[in-house]
Amino acid sequence: MSSDLLQLSAAQAAAAIRAGEIDATELFAFYRARAAADQLNAFTWVAEAAATAAPAGAPLAGVPVAVKDLFCTEGVPSQSGSRILEGYRPPYTATVVRRLAAAGAPLLGKTNQDEFAMGSSNENSAYGPVLNPWDRTRVPGGSSGGSAAAVAAGLAPWALGTDTGGSIRQPAAFSGIVGLKPTYGACSRYGMIAFASSLDQAGPLTRDVTDAALLLRHMVGRDANDSTSLELPEEIRLPRRGELHGVRLGVPEELTGSAGGIDSGVRASFEAALAQAQALGASIETCTLPHAPHALSAYYIIAPAEASANLARFDGVRYGLRVAGDTDLDTMYSRTRAQGFGAEVKRRIMLGTYALSSGYYDAYYGTAQRVRTRISEDFRTAFSAVDFIVTPTAPTTAFELGAKSHDPLAMYLNDFCTVPMSLAGIPAISIPCGLSDGLPVGLQLAGPAFSENALLDVAYAIEQALGFDGRPALSAGGAA
Amino acid sequence: MAAETEYEPVIGLEIHVQLKTRTKMFCGCELSFGDPPNTHTCPRCLGLPGTLPVINAQAVHYGIMIGLALGSQIAARSQFHRKNYFYPDLPKGYQISQYDVPLCSGGRLGEVRIHRVHLEEDAAKLVHAGSSGRIHGAERSAVDFNRGGTPLAEIVTEPDLRSAEAAREWLTLLRTTLRAIGVSDVNMEEGSLRCDANVSLRPVGSSELGTKTELKNMNSFRFLAQGIRAEVERQTELLRSGRPVQQETLHFDPASGSLTPLRSKEEAHDYRYFPEPDLVPLEATAEMIDAARAQLPELPSARAERFAGALGLPAERARELAFRPELGDFFEVALAADAGAEPAALANWMQTLVERLGDGADPASSLVTPQAFASLVAMVSEKAISRDAGREVIELLVAEGGDPGTIVEREGLGAISADDDSLSAVVAAALAADPAAAEQVRSGNMKAMGPLVGYVMRETKGRADGGEINRLIREQLGL
Repeated sequence: MSSDLLQLSAAQAAAAIRAGEIDATELFAFYRARAAADQLNAFTWVAEAAATAAPAGAPLAGVPVAVKDLFCTEGVPSQSGSRILEGYRPPYTATVVRRLAAAGAPLLGKTNQDEFAMGSSNENSAYGPVLNPWDRTRVPGGSSGGSAAAVAAGLAPWALGTDTGGSIRQPAAFSGIVGLKPTYGACSRYGMIAFASSLDQAGPLTRDVTDAALLLRHMVGRDANDSTSLELPEEIRLPRRGELHGVRLGVPEELTGSAGGIDSGVRASFEAALAQAQALGASIETCTLPHAPHALSAYYIIAPAEASANLARFDGVRYGLRVAGDTDLDTMYSRTRAQGFGAEVKRRIMLGTYALSSGYYDAYYGTAQRVRTRISEDFRTAFSAVDFIVTPTAPTTAFELGAKSHDPLAMYLNDFCTVPMSLAGIPAISIPCGLSDGLPVGLQLAGPAFSENALLDVAYAIEQALGFDGRPALSAGGAA
Repeated sequence: MAAETEYEPVIGLEIHVQLKTRTKMFCGCELSFGDPPNTHTCPRCLGLPGTLPVINAQAVHYGIMIGLALGSQIAARSQFHRKNYFYPDLPKGYQISQYDVPLCSGGRLGEVRIHRVHLEEDAAKLVHAGSSGRIHGAERSAVDFNRGGTPLAEIVTEPDLRSAEAAREWLTLLRTTLRAIGVSDVNMEEGSLRCDANVSLRPVGSSELGTKTELKNMNSFRFLAQGIRAEVERQTELLRSGRPVQQETLHFDPASGSLTPLRSKEEAHDYRYFPEPDLVPLEATAEMIDAARAQLPELPSARAERFAGALGLPAERARELAFRPELGDFFEVALAADAGAEPAALANWMQTLVERLGDGADPASSLVTPQAFASLVAMVSEKAISRDAGREVIELLVAEGGDPGTIVEREGLGAISADDDSLSAVVAAALAADPAAAEQVRSGNMKAMGPLVGYVMRETKGRADGGEINRLIREQLGL
């Protein structure tokens, strides 16, 4: 029975519960046991039981969801991977988590992440690195590494992550699962402990494209608590497309050329996926995003600038860690923040503070914003000639723990192909498109703002054609 | 010896006004004054992780009303920024304010040009234990977040004021205007109106601006004038002795009336303003501006002009009534009662009424109705009662309300009219009682009238008209 449950996608499990074939309580207990026996350090907290039973007829039928730690969950530790929030239990729940609970997806547990979502390997967590279920000597990607590893190892049916510059897509790619970053504003950010407000978006990490569509459908929509949230023009549908006739896929030369450092195994999988898409009727065209090579530079000004302000509230006054400062307020501030923040967070706070400081603002922040505008325009122009843009999600497969943790710039290059879409605020999905040396490779598809349904359709068609059924050894979780 | 240079003060004001909205600027907590600490808080105004601001529409409406009242341009799209600094009264580590694109730009009130008006959130309130009264050197400090997030309008003037007194007077006009449009309690003692002043000096005749200092913590109209005067004196002495004025922020100490520089650490801020990414730009639509305009009452300065112009009141009396809207309103209702009282007489008697009611009282919430007041003034004008009797009736109206006619009848306060024989008889009695005075008057010494009139007044309990008594004395003496 148990191994049967593991074979079900989340959508299949929901359907089985509704059909009376399996029981929601049993499903929760099954995943709870797997999550509690987690050997990947994917979870930072696991629920004892579903907080509330799924409402009768709820579309998600009680299929539990793992939630990245930075989503505030009432009374449940929400630490954003940081020492400074150790033991912090918020008095309220993030909108997206509330919506999923109302739709019948109770909280299974909180997943590990890079501290304040800053990282591409999950090694920046104050609660230890997450291991990649495909190879435990390797990273699962980041910053939503815990969510990605949990889904890939079958410790959770599906999971929530957040993506600021690639933090859903890259770990999805490294872990051989599907990860979707929606259009900026599609999901409320209320209750997400902020990294970079103008870039942060919640999104699903799932076993397949159908699950991603199903979870996303119950996350999106305007929220009065988030002024930047928007109503989608149409409801998210379950994908159903089987062919790609007339679909034009653009391969941007700036992201797939030599500058991206794409390794040969990744390139081979990518090209095989394109050939498969072509076989389904799509045309593959070269397109251009002239300013995309500057995206990382702009991103590493804008995101740290916003982060430097977003993280100012962690000052030891009201909640979280406080390190006493003798009699002096300033000493309390600096000791608290010195001990509470990790090295990468400090690096970005300093970077952002510098970029915003008097006399440098226009040269750094101003220029970065202008680049951001150009990148958005590049995408608009490109989408007049092609329907979707395709790239490898990350230039390499999962790397070994420690391989890049002392070289921030090498780490940042992981996001070379994902950051441009974040700056433009457009939706992008990563789906597994093969293995390279036994490790999963991700294919990224990006579309115009609010094209989620069409994007999911194309991703689904390619997913079906590729028939990727690679799974890490599912015993990784220990319980199976 | 060369004459000393004459200096002219150049003063600009920065005013913070707490808006009288129901809820805070970016959350749903109700505003409160004097409630137990930290009882009006929520995850948003405590700056808890993951929370986001939502703009209070009523605060925007009030901001637009202020802009319109001051003749400002309302920006179709304005922008909120983050102003970053660490302080325990600032739970997010930044204040959401407006920076390069404020809601309102330009304008004028009286003789002073307005630079800008923008919206922002108030900080929480800090209470320091220990003798310093400030965070440095405090034994411990407590934060009350009830005030944190209260909507503020910051009004910045151009440096158009030239004396401490002018600054004080202009701030009174601003307070009156803001009170009239109903956007704030504008109470300096309670902190709903706060005023900082930028002060510099320049030689008379020069058009260049000198180095300015910023004065803070002057939390009454008197302290504002006192602080500016002290600073003008201090700068004058510096300049006369050849020393430069340092650009700095000075803290006014109400106890000593002196100014002390804030520690440089407290003011050496680089606020690192950048656009608030959690908010979309603030759109002020034509509908929003129309709605704000429709709610603007006649402004005090316009009302004062109307009282002086159309109604012919002396300028000072016109301002007294117009700058206290509740008095102006009462006055106008009384005038509209059409009891036959002249505007000037009504305005004069308003002063008496205000004195009787006590400082700051609103006559509308007293027992005196505008109609009763108007008919009382008409009775005096028509000489149906004397002025003294009028004052007595006002006192009774204040105490018990009612109709002045009834009171006059009940108290027997009606004037003894000229054709009433009894007045003639009292005058005759006066002449008989003081023949020496009567003789002096007859021989042309009009000063001797006094005792005679006094006698009649005493006998009639002030009900007789002074002019009438005069006439009867002359008549009976054959003058």
